[in-house]
Amino acid sequence: MKRTSWQEYQKDIAADKYYYARSCIRQNFFPGSEKAFLDILSKDLGVDIFDDPLHTSCTGIGYHSDVVPLETIMTVVARQFALMAEAGYENFVSSCITSFGIYNEILNTWEEFPETEERTRKYLKEATGRELVKPRTIAHTSDIMFYHRHEIARRAKHRLINALTGEPLRVVEHIGCHYAKIFPKSGIGGSEFPYVLAGMIESWGGNVVDYPERRHCCGFGFRNYLVQANRGSSIANSHKKLESMSPYKPDFIVANCPGCTMFLDKWQYAIAEMDGTTYGADGKGIPVLTYEEMAGLVLGYDPWELGMQFHQVDVEPLLNKMGIEYEPEAKYLGKGGKYIGRPAPAAVNCEEARHIYEIRR
Amino acid sequence: MAHRVVIVGGGAAGIQTALELKSRGIEPIIVERDIELGGKARGWHKLFPLFTPAKDIIDPLIARLREERIRCFYGQEVTEIASDGVVLRSGERIPGDAVVVATGFTLFDAHRKQEYGYGLYDNVITSVDLERMMNSGRVVLTDGSEPRRIAFLHCVGSRDEKVDQKHCSKVCCITGVKQAIEIKQMFPDADVFNFYMDIRMYGPGYEELYRSAQQDYNIHFIRGRISEAAETINKRIQIKAEDTLTGRPLRMTVDMLVLLVGMSANYENKNLAQSAGIPLAPNGYFRTQDSFLGSVTCEREGIFFAGAATAPKSLADTLAEASLTASAVCNYIKVKYTK
Repeated sequence: MKRTSWQEYQKDIAADKYYYARSCIRQNFFPGSEKAFLDILSKDLGVDIFDDPLHTSCTGIGYHSDVVPLETIMTVVARQFALMAEAGYENFVSSCITSFGIYNEILNTWEEFPETEERTRKYLKEATGRELVKPRTIAHTSDIMFYHRHEIARRAKHRLINALTGEPLRVVEHIGCHYAKIFPKSGIGGSEFPYVLAGMIESWGGNVVDYPERRHCCGFGFRNYLVQANRGSSIANSHKKLESMSPYKPDFIVANCPGCTMFLDKWQYAIAEMDGTTYGADGKGIPVLTYEEMAGLVLGYDPWELGMQFHQVDVEPLLNKMGIEYEPEAKYLGKGGKYIGRPAPAAVNCEEARHIYEIRR
Repeated sequence: MAHRVVIVGGGAAGIQTALELKSRGIEPIIVERDIELGGKARGWHKLFPLFTPAKDIIDPLIARLREERIRCFYGQEVTEIASDGVVLRSGERIPGDAVVVATGFTLFDAHRKQEYGYGLYDNVITSVDLERMMNSGRVVLTDGSEPRRIAFLHCVGSRDEKVDQKHCSKVCCITGVKQAIEIKQMFPDADVFNFYMDIRMYGPGYEELYRSAQQDYNIHFIRGRISEAAETINKRIQIKAEDTLTGRPLRMTVDMLVLLVGMSANYENKNLAQSAGIPLAPNGYFRTQDSFLGSVTCEREGIFFAGAATAPKSLADTLAEASLTASAVCNYIKVKYTK
């Protein structure tokens, strides 16, 4: 495929000295990924990243659910920026796509409507005594990983290559809607052909799969899953994407949004339970990774240290393809070797499933 | 000695202006950027609304130009214009008693509408590509097979604030109808769909052709812009749109997607206008004195316009306007040199 335009819309990404804002969702869904991000940056790449215990949720979920008013979220965001400046940083890095969209939305709102910025400054001062200092650069954590992708490639222990055939792995990349669909220029590659994950995949030896529903939302959207009655819409979106990508026989999916990573993974289980359909070439599921997990595997991290046992779809077939050595028995051992429990096998897992509900019959 | 007029641009507008001036005893000189005359119409297959072969219009114009021994500079770019001549990129100055700007337009670059995948997907083409295919006598997909399901998308690069092209290009609607009919004539069993937001049939015979496309050729017109195109595993094109008449989203797969590209102002207009001290319209075209009695003149005496340098125009409108321009130039010279 001729994809030169995927590299357009480059943005200013700082090389070092990052202020890190965590993601509420990722800390719960994929805690290993946030830790891996910090480890890769500080230990492998030797850059300065500050994980500030004082910062809070951006309140994005509440905002998108009409629980948190605009003025409140603006003040919360202003506090995050104030904390960044107080810590001596000016490059703000958001771990969550929703938050990333919110930070961009609020910075743009302040620019378009300066009176809202003045009002926010006043509220922040009154509530916390802090001063708002806007960041020099704002990036998503996937932007940072993209920026350092060549350095990661130089240190690679494994590449995104099928160790048995020598062929590049076929990788579906999925970009969270709030990364560049709101502000195309906030994302590498823009909104139509985002290059942020594709750039990592290509740098680390894989091939990007372009499939018809590539741009389609995964169905995570807050109103889709927070309102129980709308969950049919959520799963229908993921179903549409999985049906569309399946003929290309992808080896794995990588996403840069916490919601997308979870829903593309867990809805595979739900779809298998509902109608018995699985989408992996081996008759099981398609593994879904975060970009830190992908980078971690490339750098030789232990998959269970990366927290890959948290996924619904088993990742072992992918690990085997990449020729990664791992200890199968250690999968469900937590910190200090403590057994953390083992889910019952389902249709998307490697082991034989015991329960599939044949709803269609 | 005859008065001399420098015409910038050797497309239909420039040629027709030159012929009209010559017939009135004025010596025209054409400066053309390309190495050939004829402009955008050269290489076009057939013209709306009567399916007139474009070469039946352009070739006689060029032949007459040669018969009249009108002097032409080829491959020369004009960098400055003034009422008493032009300056070429080489620095050479060509003096004249008046200057006609007939620099035409630039085709909208379909790559800019990334969501349609032009240049990425093999069977996404533009209306210009289709004309070239029809000229070669072979309209096929990249695998050599015949298309059986074709979609045309109107307003690509027209009336689109996202790409800063707010104006209507005027000719794309009727071009889409004409090309859809030509496709049906070539492939009677094919399904042809035209996606539009408005159908603007302003010229004589246009509305009739639009009606014929529906009644006689069974071409489907769907009111809704395509939101995105993507390639399927077997190299077909999946398109998504909203049918705004039924209010429902629509997804279909076609063999070929034709983007009806609009007209954009030339990038060079800015420098030329600056050199002459004349204004541009907000859409980048040259601004005329007014839309009624001064439609080929500007604020600076001695500088005139012809054709699509001032706004999107059809070939018929361009040729008619060129005659008007020649008339205005003659009057200007007569008044100025008989004082």
